[in-house]
Amino acid sequence: MGSKRPARREFLRSGAALAGGFTLGGTAPALGQAPASPPMIRGDKNQIAYGERSKYVTSVRIPHGGRPSPDAFGLVFHVATPLQDSVGVITPSSLHYVATTRGAFIPDIDPREHRLMIHGLVDRPLTFTMEDLKRLPSVTRLHFIECAGNRASRRAKTVQETHGMTSCAEWTGVLLSVLLKECGLKGSASWFVAEGAEEVKGASSMPIAKAMDDCIIAYGMNGEAVRPQQGFPVRLMVPGFEGIFHTKYLRRIKVVDRYYMNYNDYGHLDQDAKVAALDYQIGPKSVITFPSGGQQLPGRGFYEVSGLAWSGGGAIKKVEISTDAGKHWLNAELKGTPQRMAHTRFSYQWNWDGKETELLSRCTDELGQVQPTRAQIAKYWNKPFDETFSVPGLDNSIQPWRIGNDGSVTNGLA
Amino acid sequence: MGWRNLGILTCAWLVGVPALAQSPTYGVGRTPTAEEIRAWDISIGPTGEELPPGRGSAKEGAQLYRSKGCAGCHGPTGIEGNAPILKSKAGKDVELWARGRILPLRSPFATTVWDYINRAMPLNREGSLTPDEVYAITAFLLYINEVIPEDMVLDAQNLPKVKMPIGNNYANLPEWKPRAPRLKGYPY
Repeated sequence: MGSKRPARREFLRSGAALAGGFTLGGTAPALGQAPASPPMIRGDKNQIAYGERSKYVTSVRIPHGGRPSPDAFGLVFHVATPLQDSVGVITPSSLHYVATTRGAFIPDIDPREHRLMIHGLVDRPLTFTMEDLKRLPSVTRLHFIECAGNRASRRAKTVQETHGMTSCAEWTGVLLSVLLKECGLKGSASWFVAEGAEEVKGASSMPIAKAMDDCIIAYGMNGEAVRPQQGFPVRLMVPGFEGIFHTKYLRRIKVVDRYYMNYNDYGHLDQDAKVAALDYQIGPKSVITFPSGGQQLPGRGFYEVSGLAWSGGGAIKKVEISTDAGKHWLNAELKGTPQRMAHTRFSYQWNWDGKETELLSRCTDELGQVQPTRAQIAKYWNKPFDETFSVPGLDNSIQPWRIGNDGSVTNGLA
Repeated sequence: MGWRNLGILTCAWLVGVPALAQSPTYGVGRTPTAEEIRAWDISIGPTGEELPPGRGSAKEGAQLYRSKGCAGCHGPTGIEGNAPILKSKAGKDVELWARGRILPLRSPFATTVWDYINRAMPLNREGSLTPDEVYAITAFLLYINEVIPEDMVLDAQNLPKVKMPIGNNYANLPEWKPRAPRLKGYPY
């Protein structure tokens, strides 16, 4: 019993920090006496100009994949979002995941100098300033971005490690289709190449059908300018596609008549047509963020189980929860109206009986695609489902969290 | 006006409709000059139509590989550094897909090798290589992977025609369609 007490205090502390609200501490006032005031945060220049979160809220990003970041070579800079502390569906811009192969170096682009050029198989090539882009009709949409390397492993301990390379923000900008119509697409246009202005000029080929469907030339993120780590002053949003396609520091779109096999495209080269077909569009995926690996339940009783679901195929239609390791599935509640290619928050009211079990979630999207188990995936690829099994292509498998009878929460894959 | 003329007029009108729908709606943005487009257009596709004039051989490339600092990150022979390896450690008896993810060996097009060196190398001095130097380093990397002979001089005409060992032995991407599953039969 005694060993459980520090864990319980830890839980209450982090719980209070999360809620950002009341604590149970302090001296009880006499009956009818006004409670004592809390200590004050001094309103300095920074508090006036650009507010900060509470010093009690310490949730931060971490290097992804268990490697130091920036790595020994000073390049790989993959940092993961603390999903275990997330509430709602918006990832704060400061906590949005980042993936780049050029380290901590972020291009410092003067938006007044930045230009976006559209050319190639168009009737009228055009160059836009940031001012031009902001004059055009805009859209504001919630969209997730997920790195293709966002995969669970047996070694991972927390949901930040298993799933932290996905984030969701509100993006504002001009539909790429508006700009392409302004330029006039030629009949032979079938692909486009998007290119960034950073030092490596990262470029990817994408189908023109996607450009005309829902791509956004985004200059706004969560109510302000896109952050430098996310592509300031403008990035391409390719809703539901792997993160790498969401070209940062967008400087050029070239309309072409074939797959261009740029370096980023070469990275997608596969031998197996089925693995290649899993590329681009992310499958239906969900994960429970509370309770999740590394957290501690203080004891039996009521908990609101909570998590996130998303799909590159559209909006989330349904999320189901199992509290008995997959034997039974029950519908979770979806918070708000699920948006297409956006994180959707779900919850489930759970009374834990104090016994060891496993919590799982699985989602269904508007296409009727259902998130698979790892066993189902192994069967599809005709591979033995054992410790050596690794999901080929994008990993959207169901994540189990094991609840110990001591209230500990651990990775069910371990 | 006879029927024939009316027919011509009708045709002109029908052709005119899509042309009108294609005209700019907002009139925002500026037309870049042909020179501006050429300067910005660094994406080299499989046909190589964007390649600038220039030429280079593997021998010149071997020197540049040392003098431009490539060896510092990729190793003296392309396999010893911290950066991605540039030469297969396995021999030709090993199946291509098992020989590692090596750009100048596995890429379906030699243009991709040229494109990447030109846009992204050397580290921290990107964009400093001249077209001749990029042709030469490309030739060197293709030579050490036994893709081209040592004495071959690469230029804008023959680079796109280099036969890469992978041939057609890679998967084509299925057509992407909105609101459709990506892989039929996959358990999702």
